[in-house]
Amino acid sequence: MSTLRELTKEELLAPGHRMCAGCPVPTLVRMTLKALRGPTVIVNATGCLEVATSIYPYTAWRLPWVHVAFENAAAVASGIEAGFKALMRKGRWDQKVDVIALGGDGGTFDIGLQALSGALERGHDFLYICYDNEAYMNTGIQRSGSTTFGAATTTSPPGAKIPGKREWKKDLIGIAVAHDIPYAATASVAFWKDCIAKVRKGIEVDGPAVIHAITPCPRGWRHEPSESIKVARLAVQTRFFPLYEVENGKYRITLPVPNPLPVEEFLKTQGRFRHLFKPENRWMIEAIQRWVDKNYERLVKLSQL
Amino acid sequence: MKRIGLTGDEAIAYAAKQCDVDVVSAYPITPQTIIVEKYSEYVANGEVDTEFVNVESEHSALSACIGASLTGARVFTATASQGLALMHELLYIASSLRCPIVMGIANRALSAPLNIHGDHSDMMGSRDCGWIQIFAENAQEAYDWTIQAFRLSEDPEVLLPSSINIDGFIISHSMEGVEVLEDEAVRAFLPPRSDARAIDPNRPLTIGPVALPDYYFEFKRQQAEVMKKVPPVLERVCREFGKISGRRYGKFQSYGMEDARTAIICMGSAAGTARHVAKALRGKGEKVGVVKLWLYRPFPADELVRELEGLKSVVVMDRAISFGAPLGPLCSDLIGAIYGKLPKLKVMNAIYGLGGRDITAKEIEGIYREGLRMAKAKAPMVRVKYVGVRE
Ligand SMILES: Cc1ncc(C[n+]2csc(CCOP(=O)(O)OP(=O)(O)O)c2C)c(N)n1
Repeated sequence: MSTLRELTKEELLAPGHRMCAGCPVPTLVRMTLKALRGPTVIVNATGCLEVATSIYPYTAWRLPWVHVAFENAAAVASGIEAGFKALMRKGRWDQKVDVIALGGDGGTFDIGLQALSGALERGHDFLYICYDNEAYMNTGIQRSGSTTFGAATTTSPPGAKIPGKREWKKDLIGIAVAHDIPYAATASVAFWKDCIAKVRKGIEVDGPAVIHAITPCPRGWRHEPSESIKVARLAVQTRFFPLYEVENGKYRITLPVPNPLPVEEFLKTQGRFRHLFKPENRWMIEAIQRWVDKNYERLVKLSQL
Repeated sequence: MKRIGLTGDEAIAYAAKQCDVDVVSAYPITPQTIIVEKYSEYVANGEVDTEFVNVESEHSALSACIGASLTGARVFTATASQGLALMHELLYIASSLRCPIVMGIANRALSAPLNIHGDHSDMMGSRDCGWIQIFAENAQEAYDWTIQAFRLSEDPEVLLPSSINIDGFIISHSMEGVEVLEDEAVRAFLPPRSDARAIDPNRPLTIGPVALPDYYFEFKRQQAEVMKKVPPVLERVCREFGKISGRRYGKFQSYGMEDARTAIICMGSAAGTARHVAKALRGKGEKVGVVKLWLYRPFPADELVRELEGLKSVVVMDRAISFGAPLGPLCSDLIGAIYGKLPKLKVMNAIYGLGGRDITAKEIEGIYREGLRMAKAKAPMVRVKYVGVRE
């Protein structure tokens, strides 16, 4: 799979879903669904993607799709995998079924982390994809454990005393890798080839795989709907969101950024960081730059090991 | 048929083992732990062909059970108390997605204060969750009901999850002689599950969508309707089970009701004591009876009305409090059932046994005597009494 032309034309996510204009999550899902290798079941945590693609009596899903609750996509996926495994062993089912769980950053970094950790520890053969829009968007832009330091959300508003979110983003891939799983990677909707290749790898490995994909949210990040892909690209080009993978513990930067743009270039595209550009808050931009540099250096070192 | 010594927990595990369960996902909690441990032993020894998903919490246990059940697999789990409370969100989802999961529950008090002993508070907190809820009096019943529950839950007319409740420690940990069926008899009674709606990766199906005000209510209305299909199927399942076991079950079991003036209505292990006391009182010429409810949800309202016709008074025994409510949960249900139908029946609500407090034969005799007094007196229709507590 190396050119666009070689990709399947089949679209398993139907148009006419109700995601917001400019939301790149459907783009990510369509890329994901182009990487399938056979019968697949999708498990979706509660969140924007779930509510906007399954409003009864309509559905945008042209393959089996299950939504159970917010915090348990990984546990439901464990059960589906175990169910098919048992049925296959007993001769009541005869095809390998791939299971892909999809969750937002809230459903993954926060409330669903325990279920995800449990499923990774148990070694279920499934792929977990976290689409990261850095907040609880479905409930109206509240901060999550993935929200960037300094960002404005409705529960971390920039006020006279506190200028936005005070905590740093969790290292989801680090947490996943600590479970000694065969495959983990980051992805960006702006780099389709890298993204689709990683999804396919995640499906093919035997055991759990985790993909953490950055998906800008025009509503929550306050950028033009037409700019989502550009913002997702800038996230990579500024090294804010480096693209890398970890195969059996071995780190590799899949899209090295030798000459990065300053992180400001990424921040200034979004209204959620507007307050950082006030003179008294400039230190926060510098702090974010230091965080970005340190993280990239860490990844470079890890990939040289 | 042979007789073996089993605790209530072991009886449920043994029954599940004979039911050829495809997936078990569970998490330990006293007094249910033995069920999980026993089943793990069966798995480790190759005595069952089951995927055992050893999850990190009850929330994930029921989530995994739902996922597995949707593939068409036969699924079993067990829990109690805080574990059931942690599952609460998923209890509703399991029934609404029509997953015929069977769950053993060793009923236990809820925190705070922390208490590991038996009462019915855990299940009562879940009474509106759309599950079939069955209470067993002893290990034999727990064994028999577990097998019947799979048949009932998986019946294409029903497709609802079931819980088999046993009183924590009193039944879960007491060894009894249990008559068990031959494996082949259970296999013949319960063929492998097949469900035309199960996930088929070659057929798109959206499960668990969003339904807004334009549809949600219709879903719930239909779900209420499904509950009505349970009793006739239960009758059929019990009749067939009676043929292979010689033990006949139903919605409830009556003792001494032919000519009773007053009766105790209860669930679980207290029924044995109530029967014992009733027998002694009947020996002295008192007209008392016992109605032991097996099926709590769906509540057999009409049948209970028929059963209680002609009685002067009943005592409803609740092993749980519904805080702030006028009555205990079982008593509220009964009043709802008889409303306008048995206008003269006097009702006493005896709340007893919380946190594992024993209920003695003497106390039950006291309850009967009060029931008989109420039958004669111009007492108010309903009153609540806490039995066996320092006040
Ligand atoms: C137990 C529970 N708590 C809270 C909610 C409310 N809720 C639904 S979606 C959501 C936020 C989802 O955020 P995220 O996972 O980041 O996905 P997004 O909406 O951004 O796509 C919340 C808080 C819920 N459904 N269940």
